[in-house]
Amino acid sequence: MATIVEPTIFELSSPGRTGVTMPASDVPETALPPKELLRSDLPLPELAEVDVVRHYMKLSSFNYSVDSGFYPLGSCTMKYNPKINEDTCRLPGFLFTHPLQPVETVQGNLALMFEMQEWLKEISGFAGVTLQPAAGAHGEFTGVLMMAAYHKLRGDTKRTKMLIPDAAHGTNPASVGMLGYSVVTIPSDERGNVDLKALAAACDDTVVGMMLTNPNTLGMFDEHIEEVVKLVKDCGGLMYGDGANLNALLGIVRPGDLGFDVMHFNLHKTFAVPHGGGGPGSGPVGVSQRLADFLPSPLVGIIEEGDDETAPLYGFVTPKNSIGRMKAFHGHFGGGLVRSYTYIAMHGPDGLKDISQYAVLNANYLQARLRDTYHIPYDRICMHEFVMEGRFEGSDVRALDISKRLMDYNFHPPTNYFPLIVHEALMIEPTETENKDTLDSFADALIKIAEEAKTQPNLLHEAPITTKFGRMDEVKAARELVLCCWLPEGYDLSK
Amino acid sequence: MNTPSNLKYTKSDEWFDPATGAVGITDYAQSQLSDIVFVEILVDAGEELTVGKPIASVESVKASSEIYSPVAGKVSAVNADLSNAPETINSDAFGAAWMIKVEGGTEGDLMDAAAYEAYCAGREH
Amino acid sequence: MTYIPISPKERDAMLETIGVKTLDDLFEAIPAKHRFPELSLPPALTEMEAAAHLGDMAATNENVREHLVSFLGAGAYHHYVPSVVDHMLRRGEFYTAYTPYQPEISQGTLQAIFEYQSIMSNLTGMEVSNASHYDGATATAEAVSLAYAQFRGKRKKIVMSPTVHPQYREVIRTYSQGMGLQEAGDDPNVDLEAGPESLMALVDESTMLVVVQYPDFFGRIYDYTKLIEDAHAKGAMVCIVANPTALVMLKTPASMGADIVVGEAQPFGIPLWYGGPYLGFFTTRKNYVHKMAGRLVGETADVRGNRSYVLTLTAREQHIKRERATSNICTNQGLLALAAAVYVSTLGKTGLTQVANLCYQKAHYAAKELGKIKGFSIQYAEPFFHEFVLRCPKPASEVNKYLLDNGVLGGYDLGQDYPSMKNHLLVAVTEMNSKDEIDTLVEILKEM
Repeated sequence: MATIVEPTIFELSSPGRTGVTMPASDVPETALPPKELLRSDLPLPELAEVDVVRHYMKLSSFNYSVDSGFYPLGSCTMKYNPKINEDTCRLPGFLFTHPLQPVETVQGNLALMFEMQEWLKEISGFAGVTLQPAAGAHGEFTGVLMMAAYHKLRGDTKRTKMLIPDAAHGTNPASVGMLGYSVVTIPSDERGNVDLKALAAACDDTVVGMMLTNPNTLGMFDEHIEEVVKLVKDCGGLMYGDGANLNALLGIVRPGDLGFDVMHFNLHKTFAVPHGGGGPGSGPVGVSQRLADFLPSPLVGIIEEGDDETAPLYGFVTPKNSIGRMKAFHGHFGGGLVRSYTYIAMHGPDGLKDISQYAVLNANYLQARLRDTYHIPYDRICMHEFVMEGRFEGSDVRALDISKRLMDYNFHPPTNYFPLIVHEALMIEPTETENKDTLDSFADALIKIAEEAKTQPNLLHEAPITTKFGRMDEVKAARELVLCCWLPEGYDLSK
Repeated sequence: MNTPSNLKYTKSDEWFDPATGAVGITDYAQSQLSDIVFVEILVDAGEELTVGKPIASVESVKASSEIYSPVAGKVSAVNADLSNAPETINSDAFGAAWMIKVEGGTEGDLMDAAAYEAYCAGREH
Repeated sequence: MTYIPISPKERDAMLETIGVKTLDDLFEAIPAKHRFPELSLPPALTEMEAAAHLGDMAATNENVREHLVSFLGAGAYHHYVPSVVDHMLRRGEFYTAYTPYQPEISQGTLQAIFEYQSIMSNLTGMEVSNASHYDGATATAEAVSLAYAQFRGKRKKIVMSPTVHPQYREVIRTYSQGMGLQEAGDDPNVDLEAGPESLMALVDESTMLVVVQYPDFFGRIYDYTKLIEDAHAKGAMVCIVANPTALVMLKTPASMGADIVVGEAQPFGIPLWYGGPYLGFFTTRKNYVHKMAGRLVGETADVRGNRSYVLTLTAREQHIKRERATSNICTNQGLLALAAAVYVSTLGKTGLTQVANLCYQKAHYAAKELGKIKGFSIQYAEPFFHEFVLRCPKPASEVNKYLLDNGVLGGYDLGQDYPSMKNHLLVAVTEMNSKDEIDTLVEILKEM
């Protein structure tokens, strides 16, 4: 039997205990529906409030977080999440408004959304923005649907190929798969750029478009970006930009100016919406003029112009050739848009540029500190992140071992094994909100670990040692598939 | 690495037994995938196959792979037990872990055991 | 202001280590003519100014706690959220962590999600719950993707009840644009009085999935057992879109034989927040788990013998399966799954039963009193939970306008989606509505 470090909430439960209770009913009683429509039991936890609090406090102590330390997870932009955003997003005016209220009663929400659309357009150089998508992958799917709708409306039906570089995030091909398109993988050249020859060879009149992350997942800004865009556009394709790495570009360059047609934003990366242990994110999408009519509905617009005396009346508008609705209601308003709005408002244009300049400074500084110890396969000035190899000549130490050992030095590991085009990849994104001392300690730890890899490789294979939990048996989890700690009545999960 | 000499092999690591018509994935493939936790046979008995058609999908704890038919012909049997015990692919890739049987199979571009071993050796780095 | 903790002196030292002179030198790969655009954005605010500015914007709204008495639901419900919930959500250890890819230092998130999965399994009666989806609508769309993958594209027809939430049906239509699906039943002009069995006329051997809602969009409670039995006889799967608060009281969808049970778990501790972020729950039977999208937490042990949790069956997901994945989904609604787990744990079996009962009692009292007003009537005779259709003597839009002038946020105007229901309001009542509020609503309508 495994040792139980903290029981589950079900194991802590004891029949008859109560937590928060509700007032008695103040209306005359009505009989319940017929018995055959009612459930026979309710297998839910029974605890006092104090026990619930201690349980989740205990669980919280098992987590590593940005608030507790350095979290250089590549392509995830684990920056500091300002505390003020937690307060603004919980203002009663935001918390207690219903998504279907008449627009006249929610002008504050709509003004915020309208301004947010305008700001994101200005930051990215696009003609239109939807705030509806719930996350980056959702935004990506939105973007691909718009690309498909664009070609379809023009009767250009033979386009079924999406060009995707080998360094791309897995969500890119998966979004394409959801539309039944085929993926053509474009290799990278030796400097980490899109291989122009391979791209030119793939460009023909069956191309839907290209999905490009720029800077890419190697942290490299494509040195031939204008040629790449031109090749795709000349064959009638559309350019999709994966905005996962936008933290490198604020006030540096606008994807719309480079000729991109569509891009999703990750408000939970670039604009400091906390990651929440895996969500909720927020993934607005910006588009060029030629895709603006295809945006999901509804958008926020001005339905009655204002003047010096009165504010305009904001409401919802439907784009002419809209692909439709991507989710219920209006996107991740409270937890996503209000936090990001606060963040952008506090930075202003110069502050936004500082974000990217310092994110790039920090990444290059770490790269410079680690260059002599770890092999960096694409070694030039990087943007907000870089990728190095977590392996050493003649050693069986792998990237995974290095990552686990970093936990013993109280750091969160970088992203492992991604991008796929680098062997034993360690992808490091420090973000702009780390000071030089932290970066130095992290570099020192990695240099020390490289030394340990030579002298005591077993230490790395066994790491982490100082954490509350050690390495996990993932095969057991997948084979036994225990997904629930209290079995519903009548179920035998062994079958 | 185990490479039975009576079987024929594809570059995408499927094996074909000309004697029985059985098809599966090789020992090399299962070791690359590591611990297999899910297998789904994508074709039914009686279905006509072409060379290269996906016949199964395999998932391990860290990877996922499509399995393609090494031969053309008609599916005569499907190994229904395999989906309940996907780990058999790790333990007995050339035996109990056969996936389908094909009758009247016309072989695609297949290698013999020696050629396949050389091919696998060339992929180690 | 910014949150950059680097002094000018430190910056210069770092630039020197890198081997460049200025910050601008780091950006030479950017085409010069587009480099460093001037962004036309308002000047930066300090924290004090931002707090005031956002406070003003929020105060421009009329909210349902301070200004309006609300009888509006239609997929988003005003419930009481125990104080504990937000205290837990504000723990930086939870909200500033990433997806638990490194399980050794993410057991807090992993165990909380495991508990959330267990709660949703117990509530729906289904064997498997994933770690959540964006919202109820997208969870329903993912049910369509699961069915499509399960039949490997060989069945392409989906039958949707017209009394599934209109926005959910709209999202399914958007999502399935590339699948070449045949959609049936998604017609607001059909006979809305017909029971669920009427859908069977549309179900045939090419049907992959039937989607119904429980209680349906009009609040009606149906037992779908017969429909499911008949659909299964045709080889089709059935997805029930359920309200979690109603499930506290009602027969489980699993006991009716459902294959997939999804829904919006916003009522479990998540504020109205003008529509999001919310929490889509997704539960199914174990034999469909490999086709299910989304993250999944499973129990295991670490090398030291500690019971622990990991993300499992990850090879199903986009980062490995890429274009062959069922869905491109990446994030779940982790923090809000935690909110739901804390909400359910804090209220517990007793508190939740009270919430469900209060919703039921108050809604029925409201229906009884509203139905007595001259010219008004309750549209359907079927049992309901906390939402019902009120037929009005004039267009629902006019009734709502009159109510709003009197400080009441009326029900949902069904004429927006159903042409035959111009005079119909969908009224929601929860534990937040006092008897006084209900009586006031009745008085206002009497005087209209």
